[in-house]
Amino acid sequence: MFTAIANWWGSLPAELTWSLATIGQIMAFVVPLLLSLAFLLLMDRKVWAAVQMRKGPNTVGAFGLLQSFADFIKFVVKEIVVPAGADRPLFLLAPLLTFVFAFITWAVVPVAPGWVISDINVGILYIFAISSLGVYGIIIGGWASNSKYPFLGSLRSAAQMVSYEVSIGFILVTVLLMAGTMNLSALVEAQGGGFWNWHVLSLDMLPWPTFLITIPMFVIFFISALAETNRPPFDLPEAESELVAGYQVEYSSTPYLLFMIGEYLNIVLMCALMTVLFFGGWHAPFDFAPFTWVPPVFWFAIKVVFFFFMFAMVKALVPRYRYDQLMRLGWKIFLPTSLAAVFVMGAIVVYTRNAALGG
Amino acid sequence: MLQAAAFYIFSAIAVFSALMVVFAKNPVRAVLFLILAFFSAAGLFILLGAEFLAMILVIVYVGAVAVLFLFVVMMLDIDFAELKAGFAENAIVGGAVASVLALVLVLSGFIWVDANSAQANLAAPTPEGVSNVAALGALIYDRYVLFFQLAGLVLLVAMIGAIVLTLRHRDGVKRQDMHKQVNRKREDSVEIVDVEPGEGIG
Repeated sequence: MFTAIANWWGSLPAELTWSLATIGQIMAFVVPLLLSLAFLLLMDRKVWAAVQMRKGPNTVGAFGLLQSFADFIKFVVKEIVVPAGADRPLFLLAPLLTFVFAFITWAVVPVAPGWVISDINVGILYIFAISSLGVYGIIIGGWASNSKYPFLGSLRSAAQMVSYEVSIGFILVTVLLMAGTMNLSALVEAQGGGFWNWHVLSLDMLPWPTFLITIPMFVIFFISALAETNRPPFDLPEAESELVAGYQVEYSSTPYLLFMIGEYLNIVLMCALMTVLFFGGWHAPFDFAPFTWVPPVFWFAIKVVFFFFMFAMVKALVPRYRYDQLMRLGWKIFLPTSLAAVFVMGAIVVYTRNAALGG
Repeated sequence: MLQAAAFYIFSAIAVFSALMVVFAKNPVRAVLFLILAFFSAAGLFILLGAEFLAMILVIVYVGAVAVLFLFVVMMLDIDFAELKAGFAENAIVGGAVASVLALVLVLSGFIWVDANSAQANLAAPTPEGVSNVAALGALIYDRYVLFFQLAGLVLLVAMIGAIVLTLRHRDGVKRQDMHKQVNRKREDSVEIVDVEPGEGIG
């Protein structure tokens, strides 16, 4: 039976089987991602509610478990309203861009050994490139709405996201200097063997105390990720007390839903990036029996969920930044710090490599 | 076959969007088509096996430069009638510039039309078995390190120049000084006065 199917599959033209297999892989990524996103959204609201001593969504399904699906149906069946003065094609293109860019970044994220759609050797650059495109959905959406609040919101977000990308870029350079590769799977492989080898601690680099660099770098990455994804306390593009809802003011129904899914997907992506870059990706914290029985994808997921919890807690606890303070933090504190870290890490790598070569 | 299809799709989009950059009436749409052209050029780079260049193109041009373009163009208050008004008198100069550019493109196309001679013209041949990024890095930071550093220095000078040209200190503008705020003590600003009834602090 299986050999018959295998033979039939092999007899098909190579282009066709390759395309079908890739589409299958993509579906195997997208569907679990969307499903887990529904529950992560609920978790976000539950955490937020718990901090404020509320119950949060609790009527749809047991403990409100089906709340996200109810919201989904509500958004989809509503009417799409396009403002009269809006640039119609661009207005509808903007949420699609956000949605698509949020998804295609996942093509290079390895969730378990070999579980990655495209294992390219410039993975880090790819993620950096695509995440720098995410700003277009917001700018185009704000401009195409032809309305004042969305426009102000999109201008703010353009400046904000471009600013924080710079420090994220330097942090990525620090990490790839340590691993000596831009391939994300190889990057995770380099952190195997126990939590002390994870990049955030990197005790395998001893006697060089590189954790003095990587721990601050992780903190900066976490804060920059908050700013890059427009999460509180940096949600100035949609600051409801000043800009109503920023670039989202004119959006309703499915386009708004696409914006929201894209935004949350970017947040989960940032959590996944922290896991891959600093916290050993799919590796268990200890490299012996009871921990290695758990499948690697579980370790990956639990780390991502932990960082998502941190994002939710920050949203619940921290008041919103003022815009000039945000810019000051990005350009005058994070940028010089991360640049210095690249410099020091580069020096350490050059020295240790030369020492290893006997030079 | 897939590669050929991808090539034709990317180049068709690139040519179409490059034309639309010129023909689009709305400047914001023109910039968006420019971004699409950059993007499809990045796709062509990937097909050529130059994935590093493709990623850098997307990061630098699409992710940063074009955002600033869009930023500026979106804030312009454009009168379309006024834009079209000068077409006739500028047509001759514009046409001359365009034909010179076209000539240059065609000539360079003739030089590079033969793929084998193009390989021979390369200053450094592509090494076998080394990833694109590593090969480029070895070349830039080893053979051409001086030029690379000089280019960086030129950019730094340009950046400082731009800052110097636009920086001006005006008097009477209130600025926030975090250091001053944090170091401010209670004694510096609060004075406790025991005021007698009916006298005031004068």
